[in-house]
Amino acid sequence: MADEITLEVVRYRPELRIEPVVQSYQVPLREHWAILDGLTYIKDHLDGTLSFRWSCRMGICGSCGMTVNGDPQLTCATFLTDYAPGPVRVEPLRNFPVIRDLVVDIGDFMDKLPTVKPWVIRDVDSPVEEGEYLQTPEELDEYKQFSMCINCMLCYSACPVYALEPHFLGPAAIALAQRYNLDSRDEGASEREDILSSPEGIWACTFVGECSAACPKDVDPAAAIQRYKLTAATQAIKNFLLPRGAR
Amino acid sequence: MSLYHRPIPLFWWLERRSYLVFVLRELSSVFVAWFVVYLLLLINAVSGGSAEYERFLDRSGQWWLVTINVIALVFVLLHAVTWFGLAPKAIVVRLRGRRVPPPLIAAAHYAAWLVLSAVIAWVILR
Amino acid sequence: MTASHDVLVIGGGGAGLRAAIAVAETNPRLRVAIVSKVYPMRSHTVSAEGGAAGVAADDDSLDEHAYDTVSGSDWLCDQDAVEAFVHEAPRELLRLEHWGCPWSRQPDGHIAVRAFGGMKKKRTWFAADRTGFHMLHTLFQTVLSFPEIVRYDEWYVTKLLVDDGRTYGVVAIDLATGRTETITASAVIVCTGGCGRVYPFTTNANIKTGDGMALAYRAGAPLKDMEFVQYHPTGLPFTGILITEAARAEGGWLLNKDGYRYLQDYDLGKPEPTPVMRSMELGPRDRLSQAFVHEQAKGRTIDTPYGPIVHLDLRHLGAELIDAKLPFVRELCSKYQNIDPVTELVPVRPVVHYMMGGIHTDIHGATPIQGLFAAGEVACVSINGANRLGSNSLPECLVFGARAGRAAALFAGLYGGRIPPAVMAQGRDEEDRLERELTRHLDGRERIADIRTEMQITMENGSGIYRDRDSMVKAFDELQELQARFADAAIDDHSRTFNTELVALLELSFMLDVAESIITCALHREESRGAHQRTDFPARDDERFLAHSLVQREPDRAGRRVRYLPVTITRWPPGERVYGR
Ligand SMILES: Cc1cc2nc3c(=O)[nH]c(=O)nc-3n(C[C@H](O)[C@H](O)[C@H](O)COP(=O)(O)OP(=O)(O)OC[C@H]3O[C@@H](n4cnc5c(N)ncnc54)[C@H](O)[C@@H]3O)c2cc1C
Ligand code: SF4
Ligand code: FES
Repeated sequence: MADEITLEVVRYRPELRIEPVVQSYQVPLREHWAILDGLTYIKDHLDGTLSFRWSCRMGICGSCGMTVNGDPQLTCATFLTDYAPGPVRVEPLRNFPVIRDLVVDIGDFMDKLPTVKPWVIRDVDSPVEEGEYLQTPEELDEYKQFSMCINCMLCYSACPVYALEPHFLGPAAIALAQRYNLDSRDEGASEREDILSSPEGIWACTFVGECSAACPKDVDPAAAIQRYKLTAATQAIKNFLLPRGAR
Repeated sequence: MSLYHRPIPLFWWLERRSYLVFVLRELSSVFVAWFVVYLLLLINAVSGGSAEYERFLDRSGQWWLVTINVIALVFVLLHAVTWFGLAPKAIVVRLRGRRVPPPLIAAAHYAAWLVLSAVIAWVILR
Repeated sequence: MTASHDVLVIGGGGAGLRAAIAVAETNPRLRVAIVSKVYPMRSHTVSAEGGAAGVAADDDSLDEHAYDTVSGSDWLCDQDAVEAFVHEAPRELLRLEHWGCPWSRQPDGHIAVRAFGGMKKKRTWFAADRTGFHMLHTLFQTVLSFPEIVRYDEWYVTKLLVDDGRTYGVVAIDLATGRTETITASAVIVCTGGCGRVYPFTTNANIKTGDGMALAYRAGAPLKDMEFVQYHPTGLPFTGILITEAARAEGGWLLNKDGYRYLQDYDLGKPEPTPVMRSMELGPRDRLSQAFVHEQAKGRTIDTPYGPIVHLDLRHLGAELIDAKLPFVRELCSKYQNIDPVTELVPVRPVVHYMMGGIHTDIHGATPIQGLFAAGEVACVSINGANRLGSNSLPECLVFGARAGRAAALFAGLYGGRIPPAVMAQGRDEEDRLERELTRHLDGRERIADIRTEMQITMENGSGIYRDRDSMVKAFDELQELQARFADAAIDDHSRTFNTELVALLELSFMLDVAESIITCALHREESRGAHQRTDFPARDDERFLAHSLVQREPDRAGRRVRYLPVTITRWPPGERVYGR
């Protein structure tokens, strides 16, 4: 095994007012080294000006998403040896405006998230003194998968619909809405209906499926969207056929 | 703060198989629509009496119409197959507390398709 | 530029988010804001795996939780704080349940609890082994339902504004634009988490650089019990990724090089096939990590390129249990170590994990500086004393986050008002300093990473699991040297846009201060207690040291002073810590 590998990092430096450029760095190729270790090596020893986000380096905080050889990846959970002999191209996540180097602006998602009301909505809150809301393991399983989202934005980066239609709510936001809709403790599905069923909601999705392929946590946001399409369609028919009280 | 927006390349849909399939499926709706129109023309011809129906058949036999229809058939099949691929994601069925495995739901769809096709074939070829 | 709020929370982890909600609930008219150097859901709370303790089972009692915590702390906690803590923890965990936290359940729909190290009864609530992740996202999403809570995401706080013993706000940098701003507030709650990155090998995320401790220390607040640094016995070699204690609670064994459950040699009980509470692998973390050092001395550990290791054996638990209760452990092992715990042994070694010490607060999270509060890992109330029990920290964030939030809301409601001109001048000075910081290091010669690495090694050698006077004096001198070298640190990046090198520089300077406070307290405590083990003073000395160390900067900032504050004892007089007997 060669003892070095080339990282081709796509860099954007706003002060220079030019298009992004590729800069190559040689980093050690070692077992257990993630792409992220290569990047921190660059920052510590070769070039302090390279900017990127990271924190937990255990695949749970969702900071370190980047495009690696064309695919959206968590760089702390993607290993250099898998790309040997290289070179490896590291770019910022696609479909987001780039702030600098590998740092993208996810403000759009942060603004959309509250609009789907990702919190428990109850008709009547019972006081905690009365103990927990009961929930069987089966009821937990109903929504558990959709609660695993770490907001890493890989799915948005993989989604061509989001690229073409930036108003699209997007995979993770819809999955999180479904996470609450399917939670037996929640009674807020009707409050989420308008936004989810809007043209920017589920109907913008044409089931490319890349979001689920990219998701590092097996959230399967595509499934969340398709399930809600069925729910929304049934609801629409009910609204059409049944008198108000019976829906 | 000046942000950089990566322009979307003209041929972005060639970057990945799934993107290509996505664009082709979007395109397939044109052919689905074409089949609807074709069916309407057929009904119109049938209601116009046997002469008109014959003329319709003649026209349908022309090479370019056959070509269009073959291409349309391929696209409609693509549409159907991807639709069935999606179905198990949308439909979650529970039997005795356990989730029916998604492949089984897809299989059920194909089985239904097969049965329906057989019925139609039987009606026509009887 | 200035912005102004009634209550400002620094930190969007478990403690910070809970505090902000408490403020909003206590007094909805208050303008409350959260400043965080990362998006809140990226905070380190997200990494917590095992669970959160709170009495829930019928066979359990608050007294037993309190006693386990007190004896676990080697009697260095304040028992009034512990009593408040165990009393409020279940309620806080239930509140989180009502907010949607996906706690693991029993078949009948009630909350499930699991065993944990040093706990006599099963009382640790868990959400599989992603407890912190689920708690943090539940809190964050709940915060979104309070439109009145303003957020400054990816803003980095560099200074607390304090005048005449009273806080008035902070100065912070907006990372995306590089703009510095003075943000004033009637009350400030520091919830910036721990400082594991002061050490070379840690479970802690990159952001855990002790910023809040240093901010308060520089502002004149005392830090408490800083010598108590927790080593977790089971981290993966190289990465330092944590394998949660829940793995042992579910029945995992620790084996040395001969496949022998070595803990039986260290007064931790007899090996049984199934887990026994407060015994063997379910002993407290300090004792387990110390046992590892002795095994190493006896040559019974295994050498690897990443240091000596022992093995964690989960194979007998079977795939089904591991997938149901420890799925994240399996994922981490396969991703980062290329092994499957269902069929293979997991290599582990002790790893710096948690800071028992922190900003000195009372039971309401108030520090001696008026209007300044602290909660979470950055604070020291203290319920953790000389050794924290696993799964007490997450509920601590909730209980004392909420308490600090309520107290700060009350304070801000009573004492709002005018900001003295001296404070605004301080703010401008700090903004100027940051400006200089960006250019000052233009032609520096020292690399930030080099100083940081040397500091980390110094800390490991000087105040590791075992310490003595000589090693600490040496470490102290080295730290002084590093402080001097820091003045000559170079920074390549002069951009204002997302300058992570400037952040690294500021973090390093915070860490150097925190490191100094750790060594200072450790030097002064001439006894062995909990996580502070001195080979030159191997015994616990209640006569002299049944007291908290408080370290404080002298007003001229040159020197530092250590004094002692007696421990509060309500019902459990100091005794022997007994495990496995
Ligand atoms: C791997 C791991 C597993 C753990 N497992 C458990 C467990 O199972 N049970 C348990 O009870 N405990 C566990 N702990 C301990 C527990 O997770 C932490 O003590 C707790 O989460 C700390 O929360 P916090 O809110 O105090 O700080 P954090 O979650 O660390 O949040 C700190 C916040 O402060 C912000 N901040 C810091 N500095 C600045 C600055 N200068 N300017 C602006 N913002 C700043 C950060 O952005 C962040 O939002 C574990 C710890 C680790 C490392
Ligand atoms: S759904 Fe998956 S890919 Fe998308 S943000 Fe969540 S964890 Fe990331
Ligand atoms: S650094 Fe946290 S997910 Fe990669």
